[in-house]
Amino acid sequence: MDMLYKVFIEPFVFMGEAPDLLIQTLWEGLVSGVLYALIALGFVLIFKASGVFNFAQGIMVVFAALILVGLYEKGVPAFLALILAAVAMLVLAMVVERVVLRPLVNQPDIILFMATFGLTYFLIGFGELIFGGNPREMITEQLFLPQGTTEIDALGGSIRLQHLDIAAAVIASIMIGLLAVFFSKTRIGRALRAVADSHKAALSVGISLNQIWVIVWFAAGLVALVAGIMWGARSGVSFSLQIIALKALPVLILGGFTSIPGAIIGGLIIGVGEKLGEFYWGPLVGGGVETWLAYVIALLFLLYRPQGLFGEKIIERI
Amino acid sequence: MSFRAMSLGLAAATMLAGAALPAFAQDSIYVPLFTYRTGPFAGSGTFIADGMHDYLEMLNQRDGGIGGVKLVLEECETGYDTKKGVECYEAVKGKNPVVVNPWSTGITLPLIPRASVDKIPILSMAYGLSASARGDIFPWVFNPPATYWDGLSMIIKFIGEKEGGLDKLKGKKIGFIHLDAAFGKEPIPLLQELAKDIGFEVALYPVAAQDMQNQSSQWLSARRDRPDYMIMWGWGSMNGAAVKEAVRSGYPMDKFYAVWWPSEDDARSGGAGAKGFKELNWHAVGANFPAIQDIQKHVIDKGLSKASKDKVGEVLYNRGIYNSLLIAEGIAQAQKLTGKKVVTGEDVRRGMENIKLDAARLKELGLEGFTDQLVLSCNDHNGHRAAFMQEWDGTKWVKISNPIEPMTDRVKGQLDAAAKDYAEKNAGWPKRTEACDKAS
Repeated sequence: MDMLYKVFIEPFVFMGEAPDLLIQTLWEGLVSGVLYALIALGFVLIFKASGVFNFAQGIMVVFAALILVGLYEKGVPAFLALILAAVAMLVLAMVVERVVLRPLVNQPDIILFMATFGLTYFLIGFGELIFGGNPREMITEQLFLPQGTTEIDALGGSIRLQHLDIAAAVIASIMIGLLAVFFSKTRIGRALRAVADSHKAALSVGISLNQIWVIVWFAAGLVALVAGIMWGARSGVSFSLQIIALKALPVLILGGFTSIPGAIIGGLIIGVGEKLGEFYWGPLVGGGVETWLAYVIALLFLLYRPQGLFGEKIIERI
Repeated sequence: MSFRAMSLGLAAATMLAGAALPAFAQDSIYVPLFTYRTGPFAGSGTFIADGMHDYLEMLNQRDGGIGGVKLVLEECETGYDTKKGVECYEAVKGKNPVVVNPWSTGITLPLIPRASVDKIPILSMAYGLSASARGDIFPWVFNPPATYWDGLSMIIKFIGEKEGGLDKLKGKKIGFIHLDAAFGKEPIPLLQELAKDIGFEVALYPVAAQDMQNQSSQWLSARRDRPDYMIMWGWGSMNGAAVKEAVRSGYPMDKFYAVWWPSEDDARSGGAGAKGFKELNWHAVGANFPAIQDIQKHVIDKGLSKASKDKVGEVLYNRGIYNSLLIAEGIAQAQKLTGKKVVTGEDVRRGMENIKLDAARLKELGLEGFTDQLVLSCNDHNGHRAAFMQEWDGTKWVKISNPIEPMTDRVKGQLDAAAKDYAEKNAGWPKRTEACDKAS
C-alpha cells in the first residue's frame, strides 16, 4: 500500500507543494527535448532521402563541434571557424556520397546501415588523430551566445532560466523551421520528397540521386554543427557527446523515422518525460532511471502506434 | 615482386623480428602502461598517461633506466573499457611485465584473481578495490597511498571539522554524485555505514556513463533534496560537466567536494562560478621540482613526450608522475633485494612491499616536498596516508588544509571485513604463501 502511495500519489502531491520545481523540471525537459529533436532531425533527413539509418549522426555532432573549436584554437576567428566548420561538413557529405553511398547503391538497407557503423568508427579515429581525446570548451562567448541566469521568484520558490538554454531553444526552433520551409517550399526540397517516396520515380523525372544525397548529408551536417555547439556550450565538447546522440533513438521510435514534426514532438515528449520520471519517480529505485526511461516511453507509444506518432503506415502485401 | 613473394618476405621479416624480441627483453625491464587517450574518459586519462610515460622515459634518458637497465615502455589503449583492459592484460602478460597499472577500478577487479596466478603485481594507485590494501590477503595487489574509503573518510572528517565536530553532522544531508560504475560505487558501503554511525542522511545521485554530459536531472534532484554538502566520485567528462551543472543550478560551490580526480580543466569549465570547489590531493601541483625539470629537459624538449607543455605540472600530470615514481621505486627495491639487474614481476612484488619513500629519498629523487612519505609493508599495501584539501580559486588549485588523516578507527574494521568477505566469496582464494622480507 505504501508503495502504491509513493508511486501514484506522493509525486503528484509534491508537484502541488513545490510548483516552482515542477516548472523548472518541465523547462529542463523542454530544453533537453529540443536538443534531442535537433539530433533526431539529422537522422530523419538522411533516412527520408535514402532509407539509411545513419548511425554516424552522433559522431558527426562531435566532429563538427571539434572542427569549430579546433580551428578557433589555431587562431581562426570564431565566425570564420563556424563557416569553415560548415564547409567541412559539406566536404564530408561529398566524400560520404562518393566513397560510401554511391558504391553501395542498390544494396540492401542493412548494408548501408553497417556502412554508417564503419563511418562512425572512422570518424572517431580520425577525429581523435587530429584533435586528440581531450575535452574542449565551446567558444560560447566568441559566438555571442548569451551567458548568465535569470532567476524568477514565483510559485513560492524560484525558477532559474539559463540564457544559454533559452538561446538553444530559440536557435534550434529557427533551424527546424528553416529546414521545414526548405524541404516543403523549394525545388530541392520537393526533389527530396520525391526521392523519399520512390527512388525510381525520382530518377525517371531527372532528379539526381547523388546530388540529393550530398544535399541531405550536408543538411544533416549543419544540424550536427548546431547540435554540437549547443550541447558543447552546456557541457563541453568531448567524444562522450556522441553517446547522447543515442538519446535520439527513442525520439525516432516515438516520432517516426520519416517525420520532421515527429522528431520535434518526439524529442519534447522524451525530454520532458525522462526529466519528470527521474525527478519524481527516480528516487523510488535509487535514481538513474533516465537512461532507460526514454526507451520505455517510446515502447509504450509503439504499443498503440507501431509506426510512431507521425511515421508513415507501411502496408506490405505478403 | 609477386604477391606471394611479398607475403613470404613479410612473414619472414615478422619471424625474424619475433626471434629478436627475447634477446632484447633479457637486458631490459618491460613496463606496460594501460592508458586511455581516446573515448569519453580521455579528458582524465590523457594527462595521467603523459605523466606516467614521461617520468619513466626521463629515467631512461637521464639515467639509462633503473640500475642501468633500460625500461621498455609500451602503452595499451583501454578506452577505460573493462573488456579492452582485460584484452590489454592478456596481450602483455606473455612479455614478462614487472607490474600492471589498470587505471580503472572496473579493469582492476577482474585482474585481481589473475595476478597471483600469473605472478604479475597490480598497482591500482589510489583506486581499485579498497580492501586490497590488506597485503596478507591480496599479496599481488597494491593501492597506495590511500584507498577510496580513506578518501571518503577524509572528506567527511574535513566537513565535520568545518561544522565544529563530527557529531555536528547529525541531521545533515550529504549528497553523493557518482559515476554509476564500479569506481563510483566503491565508497558507498562506507558512506552508508558512516551515515548510520554519525547520524547524517545520504542522497545518492548516480550518473550513467552515457549521461555524463547530461546531468541536469541529478542537479535538479539536488535542488529538490537540498543537501548540505555534495561529494563527487566522478571521472572523465563527468567531472567537468558536474562542475558546470553545479554552477548552473546555483549550488554553493564551497560545499561541493570531490575525491582526488578532477583536473584543472574540469574546474575551469565552470567559469568564475566554480570558485570554491574543492578536492582531495596528496601531492604537489606545479613543475618546480628537479625531477620535473629533468622531464622537461630530457623528454619534453627532445620531443619524446605527447604532453603539451602547459599541462606539465597540472594535477593529473603530476598524478601520473606519482604513479611512475611508485613503479620505479618498486623496481629499484627489487633490484636491491635480489641483487639482480633485470627483475621479474615476482621480484617487483617484493620490491613494492619494501617501498620506503621518506623525505631523504624524495630529495634524492628530485622530488623534495612533492608528497608525504610512504612506507609499504608485507601486510599494508596501501599506507593509508593523509591527503589535503585543495580549492579552486578560479585559475588554479590552492592548498587549504593541513594533512587530513583518514578515520582509520572507522575504516579499518570495514576494510578488514570486506577483505575477509572477498576471500570467502571467491571460493579457493589462495592463502598467502609469499614470504615476507625482513625489512617489510
